[in-house]
Amino acid sequence: MTVGIRNPGTAGQPRRRPAVPNGLYRAGLSVAALVFVALLVAFVVDLVVQARPAFAHFGFSFITGTQWNPVTAHYGALPFIVGTLETTVIAMVLAIPIGLGAALSLSHLLPSRTRAVIGTAVEMLAAIPSVVYGLWGLLVLAPWARTVIEPAVAFVFGHRGPGGGSEIGVGLLLAGLILFVMVLPTMVAISRDVLAAVPTEQIEGALALGATKGQVLSRVVIPHARAGILGAITLATGRALGETMAVTMVIGNTPAITHSLFGTTATMASIIANQFTEATEPFHLASLIAIAVLLLVVAALVNVAARMLVRSVGRSVSAIAVA
Amino acid sequence: MTDESRVTTAQTDMTAPTTVESSPDAVSSIMQLHEVSVAFSGRPAVRNVSFDIAIGQVTALIGPSGSGKTTLLRALNRMHDTVRTAKVTGAIHLAGIDIYGGTLHPTLVRSRVGMVFQRPNPFPTMSIYDNVVSGLRFNGVRNKALLKEAAESALIAAALWDEVRDRLNASAATLSGGQQQRLCIARALAVEPEVLLMDEPTSALDPQATRRIEDLVGELKDRVTVVIVTHNMQQAARISDRCAFLLMAEDRAGELIEFGPTNQLFSSPTDQRTEDYVNGRFG
Amino acid sequence: MSVLTLDPILTRRAEIQRTAEASLGRRQRHSRLLVGLTGACVLVSLVPLVAVIAYTIERGAPAWSVDFFSHAPTPEGIPGGGIWNSIVGSFIIDGIALGGAIPLGLLVALFLANSNSRVASGIRFVTDVLSGVPSITIGIFAYGILVTTLHHFSAIAGSFGVGLIMLPIMIRASETSIRTVPTDLHEAALSLGAKNAAVARRVTLPTALPGLVTGLLLAVARGAGESAPLLFTAIGSQYLTTSPFGPMAAMPLTVYLNGIQAYPDLQQIAWGTGLLLLCIVLVLSVSSRIAVARLGRIRR
Repeated sequence: MTVGIRNPGTAGQPRRRPAVPNGLYRAGLSVAALVFVALLVAFVVDLVVQARPAFAHFGFSFITGTQWNPVTAHYGALPFIVGTLETTVIAMVLAIPIGLGAALSLSHLLPSRTRAVIGTAVEMLAAIPSVVYGLWGLLVLAPWARTVIEPAVAFVFGHRGPGGGSEIGVGLLLAGLILFVMVLPTMVAISRDVLAAVPTEQIEGALALGATKGQVLSRVVIPHARAGILGAITLATGRALGETMAVTMVIGNTPAITHSLFGTTATMASIIANQFTEATEPFHLASLIAIAVLLLVVAALVNVAARMLVRSVGRSVSAIAVA
Repeated sequence: MTDESRVTTAQTDMTAPTTVESSPDAVSSIMQLHEVSVAFSGRPAVRNVSFDIAIGQVTALIGPSGSGKTTLLRALNRMHDTVRTAKVTGAIHLAGIDIYGGTLHPTLVRSRVGMVFQRPNPFPTMSIYDNVVSGLRFNGVRNKALLKEAAESALIAAALWDEVRDRLNASAATLSGGQQQRLCIARALAVEPEVLLMDEPTSALDPQATRRIEDLVGELKDRVTVVIVTHNMQQAARISDRCAFLLMAEDRAGELIEFGPTNQLFSSPTDQRTEDYVNGRFG
Repeated sequence: MSVLTLDPILTRRAEIQRTAEASLGRRQRHSRLLVGLTGACVLVSLVPLVAVIAYTIERGAPAWSVDFFSHAPTPEGIPGGGIWNSIVGSFIIDGIALGGAIPLGLLVALFLANSNSRVASGIRFVTDVLSGVPSITIGIFAYGILVTTLHHFSAIAGSFGVGLIMLPIMIRASETSIRTVPTDLHEAALSLGAKNAAVARRVTLPTALPGLVTGLLLAVARGAGESAPLLFTAIGSQYLTTSPFGPMAAMPLTVYLNGIQAYPDLQQIAWGTGLLLLCIVLVLSVSSRIAVARLGRIRR
């Protein structure tokens, strides 16, 4: 921490720096803010410029095209858009009810001491690096999916779902499961904060009318916090859409649409991570970056929506950590 | 409070549940408080309060802040159950049943003893109509005709019907503060409770809205027994039939100093402390 | 009873109380079911945490040895070797990233804390949005701005990407912390004739220090675990390199690149590195949490 923050104890030492005039100080801060904004603008401009060849060449068919073939230099992003949506849906279908349930428990039901401990533990899920999840998914869950889940599904349905299975464990379902675990802390932490912010008067008002604990939660607390919960869902969705490394490690990275839970496919983020370094052909690179532009736009929009929904509720530093 | 005393109350209850020596006029009572104490984390907040609540009358709990009025009021519908550290001892009988005796579930106690809070707390995500019938729905009522009938009756009784009859589907958040509080009264009345507890219901309202609520309380008498907490002695004198005066003892626990008909308590109190308080010498 | 039926209110009261009593069992069951389900949700949420940590320890711990932490990888087929180059690489990459993110983050945070203008709230908003942007897109930005222009992969490009990921966390946590410094403290210093910059350096920042450190720890915890922005910038290396202008190994990259190989010995290196990374990141998160708790206690 050698960044000009001085220990209060050294404030009185004799060697004094020349005073910085107020005007210069304000200008300095403004310049810093400007540099930051310029970085963000450069971010967007750089990506768009790098992606331009792909958009210029393929036009709108870049989004609707289902072929992704570096050999014939034909690039359509639809398989990855579909793959991203599929994995996100799987993750959110699990994360919304489970996250909301855990958030209810952590905000209103558990004793406060337990709340703090378990709340911290769930937030720790957000701290675990993406690659560690990927490693766990690839080397622990995938073999388990291959030897237990897929045969079980095959036994029940007589086949491995429409489109057949990868028979190697990795694929859509596994990616969705890993994503679920990764977005769960976002869902839990933010929902918990907005649920805890529901005024006591509201809860007591319902209790005083003869409501049971369950009725208070389902008919008063959740509706009261609905905007914030929607914000939590949106924010978690944003994370699921853009999550890269763990998904890259467990989805198989096949550039084709799959209709099977056990089929391999790729998401927008995973195909970039998987192919970027081997993309020697200019169109290939530009097409990958074009996917990044699409991803950036979608993720930014989702985040803007989420921030607007959560904005009304004050957020703690811990919520920043997981968001 | 020992188990022994609870047993005794139960026994006396069987024989004579309605007459109490402290009430000069022999009106039958709907609730009886016997040696009621409330403690938070072992620290007493209200101690050994006993009096009867006369049916069809307005009983006011008065006293300076910190005297335990609200704490006592919240013991009457088991609201303290939501606070883990709170402990209520003694016996409170509602129509002959000890509400802490285990025979009546707290949820059912609260549907028979309604409550209106200091600040209006309508459910902002519900319409005006849904707010009024929310208590009925909590209590499992699904009969549409009954819901509608009860809602209209409660809104009329709360003097809100004329103002909202054309916009029952509007959000409750669109109402003014005074209207919101009357909506909360209607919401409580719709469940048709036997007793309505009001915890300083006008403290967040302007004088005009306060006056409307005060008038309303008088009109509610033939429908429901009212117990009201107020820090405003003029209000207590205006609207109540009987008054309970509480005061904080040296250990900060509220105790009942005097209980009796309002005019008697204000004109010729028996306790010097009551006289000092109603004459504005402290509090 | 005949009296009751004559009075509509008494009739209604009787019916409501009957319904309330009759439905109590159902309502209680529903309530208990809901409470039980939320408890189950808590348990389900804790399973992955325990599972990930337990598996990483179980598979990673056997990889740990003195050599593992002190040697660069050996050529393929030769036993031994370690991840010393990745540890050094991560320190260099994250260090440079911090060197950029701390001053810029602090200055922007000071700017935001001193302003409620429309510009400031706009910056606050895009900062929040930036924290939700996929890290892979930030990696492409770093690639475009530093790899394409310099014509080779470099650690510094990786630092740039990691720094950009750290920035929003730094800015928002620092701003929050700076805003909690009492204004009278600030004004007292100003009234004594101190310049704004001096007040910031000698009063505001030292008072806000615990909060700033918290933000810093959170930012490092997040940045240190990121591999997406390093994938096509620092790109990884088999050797111990220290020049920020060339390719460099980093722990997250080592986990990824070894983890996806089919060879058990490489997978074990991935687990070992993953365990080290997990320890570092969890220690950072836990200490930031403790700092927040301390902070709360002091304020109260």
